[in-house]
Amino acid sequence: MISAGKTEQLPDHQRIVITGVGLTAPNGNSLADFRGALLAGTSGVSEYEIRYFGKTFAGVCDFDVRRHQTRKDARRGTRAGSIGAYCANETIQDSGVDWENTDKDRVGIYIGVTEHGNVETENEIFEISNFEYDTKFWSHHHNPRTVANNPAGEIAINMGITGPHYTIGAACAAGNAGLIQGAQQLRLDECDLAIAGGVSESIHTFGIFAGFASQGALATHDNAGEASRPFDMNRNGIVVAEGGCLYVLERLSDAKARHAKIYGELVGYAMNTDATDFVLPNPERQTQCIHKALNRAGLEAEQIDIVSTHATGTSMGDSLECEAIRNVFGKSPTTFINNAKSFIGHSMGAAGSLELAGNLPAFEDGVCHATINIDELDPDCALDGLVQNQPRESGKPADYILNNSFGMLGINSVVIIKRFTA
Amino acid sequence: MAPAEIREAIIEILEDIAPDEDLSTLEDPKAFRDQLELDSMDFLDIVMELRKRYRVQVPEEDYGHLNSMASTVEYLTPKMEDIAV
Repeated sequence: MISAGKTEQLPDHQRIVITGVGLTAPNGNSLADFRGALLAGTSGVSEYEIRYFGKTFAGVCDFDVRRHQTRKDARRGTRAGSIGAYCANETIQDSGVDWENTDKDRVGIYIGVTEHGNVETENEIFEISNFEYDTKFWSHHHNPRTVANNPAGEIAINMGITGPHYTIGAACAAGNAGLIQGAQQLRLDECDLAIAGGVSESIHTFGIFAGFASQGALATHDNAGEASRPFDMNRNGIVVAEGGCLYVLERLSDAKARHAKIYGELVGYAMNTDATDFVLPNPERQTQCIHKALNRAGLEAEQIDIVSTHATGTSMGDSLECEAIRNVFGKSPTTFINNAKSFIGHSMGAAGSLELAGNLPAFEDGVCHATINIDELDPDCALDGLVQNQPRESGKPADYILNNSFGMLGINSVVIIKRFTA
Repeated sequence: MAPAEIREAIIEILEDIAPDEDLSTLEDPKAFRDQLELDSMDFLDIVMELRKRYRVQVPEEDYGHLNSMASTVEYLTPKMEDIAV
């Protein structure tokens, strides 16, 4: 943020607004469908099987790849690229931007990813195992599929965008980080329109399942739809999901000039680092990150209507995040707290942006979607405002949504979106 | 494999690497590139698939022989004639 304090005091060309949403989630391929599933309590988690690892659960998306990609492009590229191309086209369409007459040189693409390349490398190793590990059978597609900018670059090729494109590697804070990066680049005048958010193809790498299992952090349960259960006493780990959510971000001056529909304004954000552990979160730093975002927005905790938590369903991670939330919102009785991973699992690089999107309609309907699968609330997670199992109406449109997204190596991100009022 | 069978094998490869193309109208004497949207990565796919499916090696200096269906079949016939269908 260029300056602390109310964003209303900034000139319109320094204020950043969301004017488009394109997403695919395991329980919906548009914001309307996703929101509908969240309010209806519909899980997107299903039984899943992947080579070497075997049977598990995952959040699997069923969007129509062919809607925005040729069969050839889908074959040549990656799943992350296909998810990105779908979400990017959808968000541009949703924004109402006159795309044909948009200067593509002034469009930037900023895509958060947790990891990239594991899927393709695993595929190639499996492939050459059929040829006695002779590397002459290793695909020439491997490198363009695994370069770190691949998902953003595939969007650029798909849509003819010639401005800057890159991915932001930020573990599971990446969805927020992509959004933040897009806003920063708009403020720096590096682009006039940013396609920003996060994507995940992680369910297609067995390594992520095996790694979480070895860590004791992969969810098991008798019922797929109940496997992802943040804050519940019987939670036992993460359900991995794929998905994506990309926003159109614009400067308020540009959005106003074209009379755009405005979903909300990015009024605060923060990123910081635990610098303490590879996997174990640090609630002190998470607390600082939330405070930093509030301070930059010039807000008090009591002004936040909804906190969208990061909680993934691990024993320690959920408890520690609740400690951080209690530190900030412990005396804020009007703040509701929820969690989207209980519906769709952990969509990794997409999580931050996707989970934020599911809450944006609260700016209109005033409803906070629930955290499902809480049969026995863990006392460590018994936050006063936690919305359990059923949505809650506040009786008025939400004014501020705060979105947490944290990741391995102690990367923390917080975004605050304000209901836009002209 | 007889030339007709080699041609069918190439068609099957093309169906995989150029799935949006209509191959029924392919004219064998004409260059692939004049009829299909194929780039250098696609030609490398043809080479790779021949290697994977039939263990046929196409050295780089011979890539020019893959210009059209007719030249490809002619080039591959001595390399694939001993392969059982």
